[in-house]
Amino acid sequence: MSLSRRFFLKSAGVAAASFGAVPSFLLRTAYAQNPAANPSSKDRPILIAIFQRGAADGISMVVPFGDSHYASVRPQIAIPAPQRSSTEAALDLDGFFGLHPSLGSLKPIFDAGHLAMVQAVGSPDNSRSHFDAQDYMESGAPGNKSVADGWLNRYMQADPSPKGTAPFRAIAMSSNMPRSLLGPAPALAMTKIQDFDVRGGGRGPAGDMYSAFEAMWHNETFDAVKMLKDANPTRFQPENGAVYPNQPFSQSLLQIAQIIKADVGLEVAFADLNGWDTHANQGAVAGQLSNRLREFGDGIAALYRDLGDRMRNVVILTMTEFGRAIKQNGSGGTDHGHASALFVAGGPVKGGKVYGKWPGLAPDKLFEGRDLALTTDFRDVFAEILTKHLHTKDVARVFPGYTPHQSLGLL
Amino acid sequence: MRHKSLLSIIFLLLVLSVVNASPAPRELTEQEKVTHVLNRLAFGPRPGDVDRVQSMGIRQYIEQQLHPEQINDSAADTRLSQLPSIHMKMDDLMDKYPEPQQIAQRSGIRNPKAGDKDAAQDRARLQEYMRVNGLERPQQLLQELESQKIIRGVYSERQLQEVMTDFWFNHFNVYWNKGQDKWFTTDYEINVIRPRALGKFRDLLMATAKSPAMLFYLDNHLSTTPNMVAPLSAVTAARLANPNAPLSPTIQAAAAKQGKGKRAGINENYGRELMELHTMGVDGGYTQKDVTEVARALTGWTIDRPRDGARFIFRPAMHDRGEKIVLGQKIRAGGGIEDGEKVIDILAHQPSTAHFIATKLVRYFVNDNPPEPLIEKVAATYMKSDGDIREMLRTIFYSGEFMSADAYGQKTKSAFGYVVSAIRAVNGETDGNPRLAQLLGKMGQPIYQFVAPTGFPDRTDYWISDGSLIERINFAVNLTSNKIPNTRVQLTSFPDPKAAALYLGSPEFQKR
Repeated sequence: MSLSRRFFLKSAGVAAASFGAVPSFLLRTAYAQNPAANPSSKDRPILIAIFQRGAADGISMVVPFGDSHYASVRPQIAIPAPQRSSTEAALDLDGFFGLHPSLGSLKPIFDAGHLAMVQAVGSPDNSRSHFDAQDYMESGAPGNKSVADGWLNRYMQADPSPKGTAPFRAIAMSSNMPRSLLGPAPALAMTKIQDFDVRGGGRGPAGDMYSAFEAMWHNETFDAVKMLKDANPTRFQPENGAVYPNQPFSQSLLQIAQIIKADVGLEVAFADLNGWDTHANQGAVAGQLSNRLREFGDGIAALYRDLGDRMRNVVILTMTEFGRAIKQNGSGGTDHGHASALFVAGGPVKGGKVYGKWPGLAPDKLFEGRDLALTTDFRDVFAEILTKHLHTKDVARVFPGYTPHQSLGLL
Repeated sequence: MRHKSLLSIIFLLLVLSVVNASPAPRELTEQEKVTHVLNRLAFGPRPGDVDRVQSMGIRQYIEQQLHPEQINDSAADTRLSQLPSIHMKMDDLMDKYPEPQQIAQRSGIRNPKAGDKDAAQDRARLQEYMRVNGLERPQQLLQELESQKIIRGVYSERQLQEVMTDFWFNHFNVYWNKGQDKWFTTDYEINVIRPRALGKFRDLLMATAKSPAMLFYLDNHLSTTPNMVAPLSAVTAARLANPNAPLSPTIQAAAAKQGKGKRAGINENYGRELMELHTMGVDGGYTQKDVTEVARALTGWTIDRPRDGARFIFRPAMHDRGEKIVLGQKIRAGGGIEDGEKVIDILAHQPSTAHFIATKLVRYFVNDNPPEPLIEKVAATYMKSDGDIREMLRTIFYSGEFMSADAYGQKTKSAFGYVVSAIRAVNGETDGNPRLAQLLGKMGQPIYQFVAPTGFPDRTDYWISDGSLIERINFAVNLTSNKIPNTRVQLTSFPDPKAAALYLGSPEFQKR
């Protein structure tokens, strides 16, 4: 956020207080006079990337109830085909696919045309290692271990924004910088906005200490601390009746919404959610996976609702490192598989549709005889979002050695 | 002429020798060497440690640390006596630290949920019941385990053993919060990892494979032959997986269909991570087929009475007795527990295992980018010494690569390494207060609570982000101004608390 704008708003606030109403025409005039502090920052495209770590079961999220093999490969953990007025069954999306009932809060977004799914998507690399597969998806370079930075960081390198040094261009809500954002372009990682402050600062000798640390480290962290304190994002309460579940993932999304509302120049946000590695007792409409899906879906639904109108420039993209084996294993769970499903939500999304070619669950259609085959490379989806939403000019730089095969028409 | 040309040749040789010699690597001073050893074999020096090690000699110190059994550690032990659970047997742990549902069952008092009528009253009655019967919450187990680790890190004289316990726990990571692991993890660290931290790698591997903590964490306890004679009922399986959770409607439905819906078959989770993370490494040369075969060989390795004592047991009825071929080696049909033991032996003797373990050790002790020649040397030591951890460490500690400017101060401390070394540096007096573990979580290292089997990464860029940096600086300020509960510092080597805070919060102190 530019200083001039911040100071102007402050003085406008004073004026408003004395006149008793916000003089919006005055604000407009002021913006016109100061193009650097442009209100179109509200129209800046924003990408929120969400990683489901542990390999989420794609066919439990976007259930292929129309595939005749589905129920038989999963005798105990299949999600029943949609039944009218039943909450114990998949929610029909298009007559073939259904949404897991615990993702029910996402259904209205699908119906409103702002949520799309991609089925049978993932990485062409056949690794079933969580670590490698996450690494490949986050580096954007499957099979290539020599790519040191993350795909989102390379996006920022390829497209230096006009305010190239803005510390809030990319934020991860985690204590460690995720691989997706690692690299030379500046990004921030934090878990709680309130904690992002040098305590023992303030008046007296402790205040000196703050400057001493700043001089010692001379990096952007301290600028960011000051700017965030000034912007004070936590003053923004959820709007439009949005209720964020009191779980860490949802609280991360709430804070992303607050940072968006504080208008500090956010372009890329990142959050993740663990616990998808359901090797045992995965459950069906209820149970372990269902609980996790509810946390995931309710959080995203709250974010969508809270951002309201602002969603017109926001795209939420979810991802997971691979899917799970098609057959349930001996412990009522699923072992590591291949392709999975992902979600894309937001104003620019051509939603209300399940994208991707369905490879089928017949034994001869499975990858290596056991897993969902891949029909969409995850980079095709990521590249489409980068190109059409963030207007990247240099997608080739973001995905080294890869030329996107297809544009699904998601946006 | 001849004379002149000879001179010019000599001159040329001189020039070449200067050009050829890469800039002479800076020799570490004696004091740097001592500091380096204390930063790597220990969690950093306490005041006076550098002088002490300098006068006893670096070699002597290293040899002493390699033999923790010969070091008197009674001072640390005394401090640990305030933590009852770390001295208890597993069956007693389960009795004394039950889940709230179990207490409700035993006492007949309803376990109140938020919003229940009379919730406050029920809660008070439950608390009273727990007090009278000397019961504690399972969360207390985690706090004591965390305190134990911090106290040992700060005060144990067996510093290298603590460094290696931290290293191996992370290598064989389990997640405290996963179901029964709440009761298994204390035993895992204290009886499985620590006593073997400097022994033979194969013994450590075998002990983890047979530990309830690992069997539960990576689901092997559920893995069975697809043709199990007496199928595990859905109810039993669910109870094994999460003994304290109420049965879900799904499971109940499955139980109703019992007989039709038998729950039998392998679970690949452990088999895969055993090769990928514990032994050969992801590029170590195994296939999906090997994963399945290893999982088959390990069927029947499970947990006896998981809610009452919990011990490793081999159950023949769960075991797949067919032939297996693991990495080209045949395991004949008809075997029992020895199938799994054979697998552990095959894996422990793979050259790729030697290389993988050597790489991780060299990365930890030398540099984020471990020098390949040293990795080769350490891997060779592994193969020669039958995977002797102590011998591998000797190879590292006495190598030129270790005692070099390319290693000195080149590693970033983990959050745990940072906090413990900070308390040591200011002669802190602490009871290992739970607040410290909480702060570690904020710095990105919730100890015993890393969900994935990979453990925390060992890289600079993982440990230092903006958020964690701010937390580290705040910790330096709070520690030196005595704002952490039951933790007092003695700033004898600093003019004032501010100077101490600036030292502990400096970029240099984040390094080891």
